Amino acid sequence: MLQDHLISAAHLSRDDIEAVLDHAAAIDADPEFVRGRHDGRVLALCFFEPSTRTKMSFETAMKRLGGETIDMGSVESSSVKKGESLADTVRVIEGYADALVLRHPSEGSAKLASEFVEVPLVNAGDGAGQHPSQTLLDLYTIRENAGLDDITVGIMGDLKYGRTVHSLAHALTNFDVRQHFVSPESLRLPRNVRYDLHEAGAQVREHTDLTEVLPELDVLYVTRIQRERFPEEREYREVAGEYRIDNEVLADARDDLTVMHPLPRVDEIAPEVDETARAKYFDQAHNGVPVRMALLDSLLGGDR
Amino acid sequence: MSEKELRVSKIRNGTVIDHVTAGQALNVLAILGIDGSGGESVSVGMNVPSDKLGLKDVVKVEGRELSQSEVDVLSLIAPEATINIIRDYEVIEKNRVERTESVTGILVCPNHNCITNGDEPVQTEFDVLEDGVRCAYCGTIVREGDVAEHIDARGSGETAL
Repeated sequence: MLQDHLISAAHLSRDDIEAVLDHAAAIDADPEFVRGRHDGRVLALCFFEPSTRTKMSFETAMKRLGGETIDMGSVESSSVKKGESLADTVRVIEGYADALVLRHPSEGSAKLASEFVEVPLVNAGDGAGQHPSQTLLDLYTIRENAGLDDITVGIMGDLKYGRTVHSLAHALTNFDVRQHFVSPESLRLPRNVRYDLHEAGAQVREHTDLTEVLPELDVLYVTRIQRERFPEEREYREVAGEYRIDNEVLADARDDLTVMHPLPRVDEIAPEVDETARAKYFDQAHNGVPVRMALLDSLLGGDR
Repeated sequence: MSEKELRVSKIRNGTVIDHVTAGQALNVLAILGIDGSGGESVSVGMNVPSDKLGLKDVVKVEGRELSQSEVDVLSLIAPEATINIIRDYEVIEKNRVERTESVTGILVCPNHNCITNGDEPVQTEFDVLEDGVRCAYCGTIVREGDVAEHIDARGSGETAL
């Protein structure tokens, strides 16, 4: 059973993950059985950074459970602009809502916020830290397409600042998964994530060249290399071009490779890949709703 | 008592922190929040020859007996340190430092984007690893040799076991 808050994927056990994924699958198969379960309950969406998919999927999930959402709006229009601390903001909003979803630009913000509220709080992205609800829908998608044991997963792109990568890497240590990380040297996994993977005894290898490992992969999880991480546009273009996939690059991949991406993408996956059976990133985004329904249902006590 | 030890004078009442890793004496004072403004009489020996460590630092604080929690924090930068409580020039208690599980309010997180570096009503908290510490908020790891660089001299210092 999940604890009161979802702050980091490192806190998720295999049982936690399987409980949410099984519940999500049941909801996916028959959304009616949870319809109206949380009538009258309110979810507060506290997004200190712009978000489209995460915010809208939480909003949809809560509404499909019968609940309502409230939204603090943009930071520019909120009291945060007046210098209010995060601790004060969440303490106030807690008074209006039965649960909080927090997106914030600083690492550790979700843990801090959780120390000031009694209602369940979900970390929807804390800087370059963690994004555990994304991980649950990623795992759901992997399970649907490749299973979660005895598989080889490649994770490519910005591994240093990619919070979805950090959460996914942690969560995969609960399963029999060989993890291959592919990135430029400057964007390798941060020390703390490598430390955790080592402590967990995970099977991990790091690469700068996708071709070294592509034929072995069951899943390729691509992330965006962000322009603002590079001092010069030219350096960005040189690096980004090497981590772009298209059907030619994927010619050496297994036919049943599952290609994933947390979205939004810019040009790291060519549109021609969309038309292939390998492309699962839009399914992955759609899975956000049933998985977040299952997560909220669990945190709000509906599945107990 | 050997001539080498006489380089730092004896104290009447207080604490002698001996076998401090050479070069860490000033950081020991920072951890203890001693900057001279509190009026304590402090003697510091640096790079003193030591049979056990080769070279060591020694810190003697007159009129103050350190709490166990203060002592425990020292383990982060001086794992071999011994703590001698002195009363009337006699050693009445001798303890080794012990590794704690976490350290609160002593270190600043080196990750500028960590929420603890914002204007929030929380103290920093670091979990102690085998060879360093780790921010309990953002997860940033500081290796043992770098810990002293991140001591917050303003911190009050509490430990939890």
